[in-house]
Amino acid sequence: METKTHIYRKLFSSTFYLSAFTFGGGFVIIPLMKKKFVDDLHWIEEDEMLNLAAIAQSSPGAVAVNASILLGYKVSGILGALVTILGTILPPLIIISVISLFYTAFRDNTVVNAVLKGMQAGVAAVIADVVINLGSNVIKEKNIVSALVMVCAFAATFFFKVNVMYIILVCGCIGATKILIQVKNSPKDGDK
Amino acid sequence: MTMLQLFWSFFQIGMFSIGGGMAAMPLIQNQVVDLHNWLTLTEFTDLITIAEMTPGPIAINSATFVGIRIAGVPGALIATLGCILPSCIIVSLLAWVYFKYKELTLIQGILEGLRPAVVALIASAGLSIFTLAIWGKGGFSINVQSINYISLLLFSVAVFILRKWKPNPVFVMVGSGIIGGTVYLLM
Repeated sequence: METKTHIYRKLFSSTFYLSAFTFGGGFVIIPLMKKKFVDDLHWIEEDEMLNLAAIAQSSPGAVAVNASILLGYKVSGILGALVTILGTILPPLIIISVISLFYTAFRDNTVVNAVLKGMQAGVAAVIADVVINLGSNVIKEKNIVSALVMVCAFAATFFFKVNVMYIILVCGCIGATKILIQVKNSPKDGDK
Repeated sequence: MTMLQLFWSFFQIGMFSIGGGMAAMPLIQNQVVDLHNWLTLTEFTDLITIAEMTPGPIAINSATFVGIRIAGVPGALIATLGCILPSCIIVSLLAWVYFKYKELTLIQGILEGLRPAVVALIASAGLSIFTLAIWGKGGFSINVQSINYISLLLFSVAVFILRKWKPNPVFVMVGSGIIGGTVYLLM
């Protein structure tokens, strides 16, 4: 049995740690969260993680903050959400506060730049790893609509730079239409 | 008064930057440079550079950076609070709605449509960072001379290690930072 304090502590340390390593911002934190909360802690299902990511993306504010609110809420209600918010905003708050004191020195430091350049390859590799897992799961469903949505959404955002909000809206509508057609075509229980 | 203004400016930034990341940038510039003259354009450019070099969402980074310059640590806290408050309220409401109604067939259908799109968004974020790591700020180019082979090697080895041994991703990121950093400095 996990006690409440233990869960809060784990929520805080996990989000703090993830936030401290989320270079690049935006969606980069989602694969890290997926690895931590789905693969590592088994606190949520992979599908649910993707649902939460979609909600985080379509809400105002930073994706990382939104996603951590949803995660915290899912694991342990409003109090859990407060814990994860704190865990997510403290690393940038501390790091930027320190850097702002001597930011020109930091910006022009060759060692800092070299290490950050090296880290880019590592971050790209971590995302590639998660994308391979998630993408092959979508393909394994053998659902043509899902596979098509994935390919088209990728092309729209990466090549055509379509606003992500429109992509989310269109894909949501596709999903809704598909389920409405399915419901209409399947015999209703009430007809018996 | 300054505190109130800081709070209100970043509240608006938090409220209207849907989609996060670079979408917030023009809003931040408008509030911080154009409306309030808290930063000069050069300082703002520095801020963006630093925000890209450090972890964390750009809006939070800016709030901290601007807040601390205008009113010290309390300013940083107030600006950050203003920035995340809209998210806290709206996302908590959405979370409540989602967990209450997620079993509805229609909601299930919408979410089913969104999941592959989210995978695509993650892939796109990954590919942008990959391009930056391999080709630098200039972006993709067919010219083989513009390829950063150290980065490419680091990336390939890191993917191999991640697929084979499934280590904690943070070790892979820090490891590639240290190894890559050392190689770049020695060259």
